[in-house]
Amino acid sequence: MRPGITGLEDEAITIIREVAACFERPVILFSGGKDSVVMLHVAVRAFAPARLPFAVMHVDTGHNFPEVIDFRDRCLAGLGLNLTVASVQAAIDAGKVADAPSRNPLQTVALLDAIAENKFDAVLGGARRDEERARAKERVFSHRDTFGQWDPKNQRPELWNIYNTSHKQGEHFRVFPLSNWTELDIWTFIKEHDIELPSIYFAHKRRVFKRGGMLMADTEFLRPDTGEDVFEEMVRFRTVGDATCTAAISSTAVGIDDVLAETAVARVTERGATRADDKISEAGMEDRKRQGYF
Amino acid sequence: MRQLRFATVGSVDDGKSTLIGRLLYDSKSIFEDQLEHVEAVSKRRGDDYVDLSLLTDGLRAEREQGITIDVAHRYFATPKRSFVIMDCPGHVQYTRNMVTGTSTADLAIILIDARHGVVEQTRRHSILTSLLGVPHLVVCVNKMDLVDYSEDRFNEIRNDFEDFASRLQLRDVTFLPISALKGDNVVERSDDLKWFEGPTLLHHLENVYTASDDNKIDVRFPVQYVIRPRTAEHHDYRGYAGTVAGGVLRVGDEIVVLPSGLSSTITGIDSADGSLEEAVPGSAVTILLADDLSVTRGDMICRPNNRPRVLQDHDAMVCWLDSNAQLNPAKLYTLKHTTRSTRAKIGEVRYVLDISDLHRKTPEGPLSMNDIARVTVHTAEPLLRDDYEHNRVTGSFILVDESTGATAAAGMLLPPRE
Ligand SMILES: Nc1nc2c(ncn2[C@@H]2O[C@H](COP(=O)(O)OP(=O)(O)OP(=O)(O)O)[C@@H](O)[C@H]2O)c(=O)[nH]1
Ligand SMILES: [Mg+2]
Repeated sequence: MRPGITGLEDEAITIIREVAACFERPVILFSGGKDSVVMLHVAVRAFAPARLPFAVMHVDTGHNFPEVIDFRDRCLAGLGLNLTVASVQAAIDAGKVADAPSRNPLQTVALLDAIAENKFDAVLGGARRDEERARAKERVFSHRDTFGQWDPKNQRPELWNIYNTSHKQGEHFRVFPLSNWTELDIWTFIKEHDIELPSIYFAHKRRVFKRGGMLMADTEFLRPDTGEDVFEEMVRFRTVGDATCTAAISSTAVGIDDVLAETAVARVTERGATRADDKISEAGMEDRKRQGYF
Repeated sequence: MRQLRFATVGSVDDGKSTLIGRLLYDSKSIFEDQLEHVEAVSKRRGDDYVDLSLLTDGLRAEREQGITIDVAHRYFATPKRSFVIMDCPGHVQYTRNMVTGTSTADLAIILIDARHGVVEQTRRHSILTSLLGVPHLVVCVNKMDLVDYSEDRFNEIRNDFEDFASRLQLRDVTFLPISALKGDNVVERSDDLKWFEGPTLLHHLENVYTASDDNKIDVRFPVQYVIRPRTAEHHDYRGYAGTVAGGVLRVGDEIVVLPSGLSSTITGIDSADGSLEEAVPGSAVTILLADDLSVTRGDMICRPNNRPRVLQDHDAMVCWLDSNAQLNPAKLYTLKHTTRSTRAKIGEVRYVLDISDLHRKTPEGPLSMNDIARVTVHTAEPLLRDDYEHNRVTGSFILVDESTGATAAAGMLLPPRE
């Protein structure tokens, strides 16, 4: 293995090409968040000069930061790729799920529906094992039954770099090419390859309010309750997700080098610092993943 | 220093997860929110102390049962070195997950509870570590706090282990007394272990020299995927994508493609970062050839005078992993070896290893979960293969049960019998 970020990219490319070789209808998830941007770039690089042989899909909660959607569309246009949108709003409108204050868990329904409808058999996600304790247990090629469920007690062994991709009709795989990357690796790659990201990853002035010890953006999707004062602050986002449950952090990191420096000395994990919904229960992520979440 | 990938192994409850927690905690590699979470859970359960194993035992079932079920991956770095940790389960039922975590390790830490000494799982995990070719082993005699930090007890266990391990192919073994719970000799030295003159565990991990186990001599390039753009601009482009499994490929090299045996010359090596002059092991690249040959996934590019063996009958050591199905000698399995999948049948089970004394036993019934056996395998198509001891990539395979999709067994190829 080559050292550092080059070795991690070698591994990711190997995984991505294995998907192209072993599956009929792969799809790569793309939200405009940093991990999915890096994954998409690596995937495009894996097949150059040929085109990316995968569909690209965004599971859209409808509660977005406009900068991110803007970037998403611009980024894909630049790469000449088409986007499939799996819409949570559409699932709500069709009566498949009831709307909730946080639409984060509702994404599972939209995702599984889109997988079934498009007969996707491999779904590439940008999740990393360093993000969260249930993710730390996940295989690179992770089998899902016909209900899209993950069974963490019965994962297939995964030895060396030989991936068992066997699946029956209706089952699918979640594949995580960035499994072994850390947050710092992601930023290192972004810097090295001069990759554009949504502007909200860098420090900017924003109207925010405090909730549960976190800085929430004042948006049309999330308004302060009485007693929650709105103030202006220099902030940036460490993760980008549903606007109702993704918090900002206080930061003056306006450029990539500042962000790298901040990441290197961070004392709180990115989910701990920014995800309101993960604080709720001891196994929140595991439970969502069992049901088919990313 | 090269990054170190290490796995913790050994019997259930011997303290693997606690040790990883301690290592992360004492080296200040834990994030505040992770620590708060672990403290809160420990407090809620009424533990006397903060249970550091909760840092890696992240699944609901693991916390309910107080054991590790599947491998947790953790990443950390000290100023000297960066590490990837695979915290493996000790329970015999989850040996398949221990094998998963250990198959790519540079080093294994095997824990032994100082009260219990060497037990069956210690032996099983040591055998697997040796079979998988993990180059370095650290034997940590743990829970020294429960045996009054006795030097005699440490030496006794050390002798027992050496006795047993002398029959294994373990190249580099180091013994350390520790207490994962109290933190003795993990990151910091301990007053209670004054008699011990060796290094702390972290010091050892930071300094152990690991040559890469890449084989830099024998060129092996399994073709994974053919890149054909079918665009006006790149109309004639046909590249063979894959990851170098051994040796160094250079532009201008003469090569042969197996199994066809057709030869050509490398005219270009494309990579994500543009054209390269050479590609070293592990590189994910695309090879361009001078001639228009028919090359597909599963073929292998190598040098004319240094080829893997092309065989349909193989000798191998296998670990049976499937908990739901035993080996069915009448059945065809899918065998996956590098980028080639073919159907395979197990011929003869020559012997099964007795875990207690490493003796070769005649099998009593069909191979079942956790059996380690020497077998013969017949494949429908030839494998382009090396011995596992020479190349971990071209010497390993898995067997997939076609009816369930389960990974039934992991195999390591042995030198063919002449
Ligand atoms: N007294 C003492 N107890 C320890 C020590 N190390 C671990 N323990 C305790 O031993 C028990 C098992 O520890 P774990 O770390 O979960 O063991 P494990 O080896 O990870 O177990 P599995 O992963 O299930 O195989 C826990 O109650 C620990 O607190 C030690 O050095 N001294
Ligand atoms: Mg454990």
